[in-house]
Amino acid sequence: MVWRVLLTVVVVIGVAFGAFYAWAWNSEIPPTNAPAALFDPGIVAKGAQLAAVGDCGICHTQAGAKPYAGGFPVQTPFGTIYGTNITPDPETGIGSWSETAFRRALHEGVDRTGNHLYPAFPYDHFTHATDSDIGALYAFLMTREPVAKANRAPAVPFPLNVRLFAAGWKLLFLHKGQIPPDASKSAEWNRGEYLAESLGHCGACHTPRNVLGAEKRDAQFAGGQSEGWLAPALNAASPAPVSWTAEQVYAYLHNGFAKQHGLAAGPMQPVVRNLKKAPDADLRAIATYVASLAGSQNDAEREQKMQATLDFARSRDSKVPMPLSGAITTSTRAGAEPGRTNDDSTAPSGAVIFLGACASCHHSGGELPVSRPIELGLSTPVNAPDPAALLRIVLDGIHPSSGERGPIMPGFSGALTDPQITALVSHVRSQFSRQPAWPNIAAALTKVRQNKEPATEAP
Amino acid sequence: MTVLNVNGQQHRIDVDPRTPLLYVLRNELKLNAAKFGCGLGQCGACTVLVDHEPVFSCILPISVLEGRYIRTVEGLGSEGRPGPVQSAFIEEQAAQCGYCIPGMMMRAQGLLEHNASPSDAQIRDAMAPNLCRCGTQMRILRAVRRAAKAMMADAGTMQETAK
Amino acid sequence: MNAMPPLTRRLLLTTGGALVVSFALLPKLAALAQNVPKLPGDLDKTPMLDSWIAIDAQGRITVFAGKAELGQGIKTALIQCAAEEIEVDPAGITLITADTERTPNEGYTAGSHSMQDCGTAILNAAAQVRGILIELAATRLNLPAEQLKATQGTVVANDGRSVRYGELLTGQDLHRPAQPTSPLKDPKNFVVIGKPMQRVDIPGKLTGKPAYVQDMRPNGMLQARVVRPPSYGARLTQLDAGAVETMPGVVKVVRDGSFLAVAAQGEFQAIDAMQALSALAKWEQGPVLPEQTTIYDTIRQLPSNDTTILDKGTPGQQGAHTVRATYHRPYQLHGSIGPSCALAIFEADKLTVWTHSQGVYPLRNALADMLHMPQQQVHCIHVEGSGCYGHNAADDVAADAALIARAIPGRPIRVQWMREDEHGWEPFGPAMISEASASLDANGKLIDWQYDVWSNTHSTRPEGPAGNLLAAGYLAQPFAQPAPKPIPQPEGGGDRNAIPIYTVPNARVISHFISQMPLRVSALRALGAYHNVFSIESFMDELAHAAGADPVEFRLRHLDDSRAHDVVTMAAKEFGWQPDAKLPRGHGRGFAFARYKNLAAYCALALELEVEHETGAVKLGRIVVAVDSGQAVNHDGIRNQIEGAIVQSASWTLYEEVTFGRDGITSRDWSSFPMMRFPAAPESIEVHVIDRAGEKFLGTGEAGQGPAAAAIANAIADATGARLRELPLTAARIKAAIGI
Repeated sequence: MVWRVLLTVVVVIGVAFGAFYAWAWNSEIPPTNAPAALFDPGIVAKGAQLAAVGDCGICHTQAGAKPYAGGFPVQTPFGTIYGTNITPDPETGIGSWSETAFRRALHEGVDRTGNHLYPAFPYDHFTHATDSDIGALYAFLMTREPVAKANRAPAVPFPLNVRLFAAGWKLLFLHKGQIPPDASKSAEWNRGEYLAESLGHCGACHTPRNVLGAEKRDAQFAGGQSEGWLAPALNAASPAPVSWTAEQVYAYLHNGFAKQHGLAAGPMQPVVRNLKKAPDADLRAIATYVASLAGSQNDAEREQKMQATLDFARSRDSKVPMPLSGAITTSTRAGAEPGRTNDDSTAPSGAVIFLGACASCHHSGGELPVSRPIELGLSTPVNAPDPAALLRIVLDGIHPSSGERGPIMPGFSGALTDPQITALVSHVRSQFSRQPAWPNIAAALTKVRQNKEPATEAP
Repeated sequence: MTVLNVNGQQHRIDVDPRTPLLYVLRNELKLNAAKFGCGLGQCGACTVLVDHEPVFSCILPISVLEGRYIRTVEGLGSEGRPGPVQSAFIEEQAAQCGYCIPGMMMRAQGLLEHNASPSDAQIRDAMAPNLCRCGTQMRILRAVRRAAKAMMADAGTMQETAK
Repeated sequence: MNAMPPLTRRLLLTTGGALVVSFALLPKLAALAQNVPKLPGDLDKTPMLDSWIAIDAQGRITVFAGKAELGQGIKTALIQCAAEEIEVDPAGITLITADTERTPNEGYTAGSHSMQDCGTAILNAAAQVRGILIELAATRLNLPAEQLKATQGTVVANDGRSVRYGELLTGQDLHRPAQPTSPLKDPKNFVVIGKPMQRVDIPGKLTGKPAYVQDMRPNGMLQARVVRPPSYGARLTQLDAGAVETMPGVVKVVRDGSFLAVAAQGEFQAIDAMQALSALAKWEQGPVLPEQTTIYDTIRQLPSNDTTILDKGTPGQQGAHTVRATYHRPYQLHGSIGPSCALAIFEADKLTVWTHSQGVYPLRNALADMLHMPQQQVHCIHVEGSGCYGHNAADDVAADAALIARAIPGRPIRVQWMREDEHGWEPFGPAMISEASASLDANGKLIDWQYDVWSNTHSTRPEGPAGNLLAAGYLAQPFAQPAPKPIPQPEGGGDRNAIPIYTVPNARVISHFISQMPLRVSALRALGAYHNVFSIESFMDELAHAAGADPVEFRLRHLDDSRAHDVVTMAAKEFGWQPDAKLPRGHGRGFAFARYKNLAAYCALALELEVEHETGAVKLGRIVVAVDSGQAVNHDGIRNQIEGAIVQSASWTLYEEVTFGRDGITSRDWSSFPMMRFPAAPESIEVHVIDRAGEKFLGTGEAGQGPAAAAIANAIADATGARLRELPLTAARIKAAIGI
């Protein structure tokens, strides 16, 4: 009896596995030869714009190496996966891929030879791209400069490196097909949703993931992480003190800077650089969609909130110098850090550090005609639930691309000690934000230092 | 009162603790090398070493420097006895107006203390925070390479004599 | 710019500068009229030998030069000239530069004239002094001069007797005018000139010795900062400075009309006070600036004074091919790495100013005018600043310091401009437009050439009247800016190097001088030559392409000057320039040549670069240069200047333009006005110096900028097929031109 039960169980598992294996198996698509000259320049141009929205170049380009030739390390909780060579090199790139093979990769996460791709390649988003857009992307990639550069094997431990597991992942988490448009929303909103959800793959960073590394469908845009940076929530949980208008999101995506919110830092810097190549209408569409995620707020409310935030920050920020006798630390500003006098020769207060190191650029009020950085009271990292983003910026600074106009902020990683950074960041939080103090900045700082990612350079 | 250790000497400085190190070096301590170039951390003319890290002294208040080891060009050597980085820059005649060079030398010193034989790309990346308007970049790069060789040779010699 | 002899300056002023005749001819004409031969270099303006050289009883030699060290190594080169001809070790020479109470008036250290004017003067003065010493020794030793030889600070006789220089001279021996000819040494016997000599100023600068005006700290010195208006022409309408006057360390708030400044004990205190003052000041906006996106149209539509500077043959010939092109250059910044600084003290009716101005005498005159003081009561002394590359804010900060010093007599006042001040208020290199049109015959030879260039003045230097000093225009009783004058040919301003050096039988060049200045402008290194050489050398490549010719060979075809031939050939050879070379995808090579002002140094260069297709980013590769500066006094100094010129020009050419909105200048720091950083610097630069022993010195400091710009444009065209004609050649523009 027991034998029969055991046998049945084994057979069922075997059949189930067999069925799964059969389901998971993909054929190889034969190699082809698609000369670049055959592609319509108009379609190639459209593909360029879509590649800009999709940021292909970021994950598929290694710092200092040729564009699209792969080698960029994508850090995941399951190990490091290196972006592949997607130049049309026949041996090491996708030069021998037909459009069918290419489309299968984006829609189903399977390469030309039939292997499953890790979802580090966000095909859970690309699966929503239309065939026509994928065709344009194909035309664009096949007309790039072929680069012979072998792909680097993923550094993923056993058993996760068994590709079949990716198949299992897909079974659970890959929802193929087009996203149905929402008739109650404008054409622009729908276009924005399409772009953001498919090629834009915004959720890949801005949505939290479950233990198996898949985006949580019920927590869309509730905030995620990328390359050691926290990607803030874009939905109602957005930490921005004042909600973003579509115009502001557009300004941010187009210029890398929105006066009322902040500038693109960390992984958003290369994203924004790419988006400059996307058509304006598409950026506005994405902006409309993204702005809608946080829920609506009418203009009057928003204006009022902005003013209140600014008044709060400005009332507390002081660029008016204090007399020499240590009165800085005995200021009666509400909520100011309990000060230390000049006689206490140990730790300087965060306020003093701010005034000496930061205020030359970051003070509010006064008419210093320097390229003005964001009003700190409005800054998202300053108001975020987690200090990681602000700590990252203080450590690394902000650096524009060579020869380009853009804010320069030096990093203070070597200049300030950890206790000093902690005091400074704590001061900035209490000075400029109405949110509660961060509980353990020192621990967050240690974590941020450990998560240090190499700088990325992308087309 | 802030106590600063500059080039191995202690100094008691009685100025507003917000005062950036650059002004204290130049005015209270009368050290000429570190220069005012922008006051914004963009050009590096003010670069000095703090605990072996190159920093912009124009945006570092002295209040954070108590107990830390500050080094300026004056601590690298003198006209009579220049240090290896200074000698390398002099031999390569790596200066035109010379205003940016102290900052360059401190940044180079910081680099070479961390990485004794940097590649050309590593030198360029390390020196990127420092600007030179006269166009002396090629000589500065040669001087850093020369200093690296000299410092390696010195280290080799020291090892030899230590044996 | 040349300092003119008084006769011609008066002539210039009274006729309003509309003369077409070359001013360089006038001194010669005047001299001919008086039948007096011209003296070498600036001896002609300051003929007394002891104005240039003094020897004390101990034999210590002091040389006085009216030119200033700007970081170009001139001090060293001048010492070499003096040491060589006077026969002493360079270490025995003390050089005093640019001081209105001690040195000759040599006008401005500008236009690459220092070696030509000052070097020549000192070379000759030193030789003549040596001659005098030998004469005196001959008398003393009762020997014929032929048996005497000057060496190592001593005159030695064949019979072994010797007299040291110090023993030979009595008070008046050197107080005599120079002669037109000098007993110059045969260059074959040079031991100092043309031999390696390290720069005398570098060791001190690299070991923390005081070297710059920024390093001066006289007792009692106060630190001052100026609050500049929000934009040109704004007026200070309201200010209650009471709160600032009581800030820690503040000594005085100085206000004169719209000129506003504060002096304090400590530097950081002065900065704090300046920022507080800035927050309290209320301004009435000045006139709006033009729109940046249409600035070239705006400039073209301004009234201009048109001068034909070349009219040869019958311009307007048609040939087998005609090529036309228009080139644009934006406003560009000096961007001195150390913002301008000056120190001034006003005591006992005398004003003393320590300044890094390029012209201490003209500055002295302008300050005297601004303060209504006699010129003798104003003393300007040159102390180095950071590289200025032309007329930057050095004179303006001196004026600021003078005004504050007058308000706080007896205290040395140090004014340091902030980075934002320098970027916003310095006079820029003017925006320029050029149109070129040329025709080739069936054999690919140029038969017709027409070139027009539009530009503002390239000089608003303070000379006599105070109106060109920035603060002077903002005082309660303001000085008007004098009407700008063109710098006449052969030097030229906007038309510098507008006349091609190439031989074309029919040619016309017209300079359109625009007086109205939408933005504040003045001389930026190379002046109009940067844009004109960029234009002409880009155009030569376009013509070579139309003729199906190799760019190097095409140039040689049209160059009659053998020294020009030599630099072109050498640069091509050292680079390894092969006609029809095939470079890998995205790589290109470019060539360019010019003789600065068609009368100074010759410079040819070849370079290769790579353009990244996806971004348009340029990676500069190998650059090879050949330069002919005449007699080379300090080879390494020449190489240093050329390397620097090329890197500087590469930064201008690839990245730089001043940005402005209706309300004012918006490029106020390095984040809004990026310049080249180390990762983008060229892979290598090799400079080959052709040393023409015995030839005249040819100014070199500005010879590299124009050729570098054109070579880059030509290489980009070679790499991508895209010809860009609007500076700067940014990655975005290149990408737009090369497409997807």
